[in-house]
Amino acid sequence: MIGDAAHIPFIAGSYVGVAVLVVGLLAYVAWDSLRVKRKLAALEKAGIRRRSADSTSTRTDTP
Amino acid sequence: MSATAVKQPNWFARLAHPGQFLAWTRFVVWPLGIGAAIVFAIGLYFSFYASPGDYQMGDMVRVMYIHVPNAWLSMLVYGVMAAAALGTLVWRHPLADVANKAAAPLGAAFTAATLFTGSLWGRPTWGTFWEWDGRMTSELVLLLIYLGIIALWRSFDDQLKAGRIVAIVTLVGAINIPIIHYSVEWWNTLHQGSSILTASGPRMPISLLTPLFIMLLAFTLFFAFLQIVQMRTEILRRRAQSMSRQAAQGAVR
Repeated sequence: MIGDAAHIPFIAGSYVGVAVLVVGLLAYVAWDSLRVKRKLAALEKAGIRRRSADSTSTRTDTP
Repeated sequence: MSATAVKQPNWFARLAHPGQFLAWTRFVVWPLGIGAAIVFAIGLYFSFYASPGDYQMGDMVRVMYIHVPNAWLSMLVYGVMAAAALGTLVWRHPLADVANKAAAPLGAAFTAATLFTGSLWGRPTWGTFWEWDGRMTSELVLLLIYLGIIALWRSFDDQLKAGRIVAIVTLVGAINIPIIHYSVEWWNTLHQGSSILTASGPRMPISLLTPLFIMLLAFTLFFAFLQIVQMRTEILRRRAQSMSRQAAQGAVR
């Protein structure tokens, strides 16, 4: 059996690394979503509306 | 039925319509996120407190509970992207390239985590952080493929054109997935062989499998949550781009 005490840094490092990744992914996804929603809100505030806003379809090139 | 009757789209087409997708996923996003958080908490409890050490590796086995889920996701995400690539090329489905674009950074992150945790697991058990063997090299190639796909997406202004080119690249890159999976059987490697998906069943005791499966579920739910949020963002981004173009055309006139 591998001695455990010497390997705590490897175990802790793995979990901390993945925790940073999880938090980083959440932060990136939230930031990206917020940025796009703000841009969309600014466009709508400027009076720009999508051509298809009144219809049910958002794209017409689908089969 | 008259010849002019409009063919109604089936339920799948309706669910996957961008506008409909935004509507129904609004009710799915938060339950998925909260579910993932709860399962993560249970998984971490089992990983650290409610499971024994391995008879050979001792507590180093606990790295498996985050390494294997990330490795599973690194391939699952690519599978999702390959299915989306088929959707783009065969059916020209409007959400297929959105799904591909949303998944690529997530897949890259999970693959990087796989390499990172594997490297930290390898040092005490194999005596090295890295070895150019089949499994590790093919996983590194997967990371490079993900990064290449992200770069391709960013190099095109026309996202529909980018979608078709990325779809072809994604399908070509899919050849790496069976290579990763079978690398431990095809070549001599430091990496252990398959110990869960075997003909005779898992080669691990239930006490180690329980935290592993809980963490697999937690990471899979986490990916589903992120994927849906990213797809929603991408749909809104394309909407904003379309509106910006519309505004620019109006200004020119």
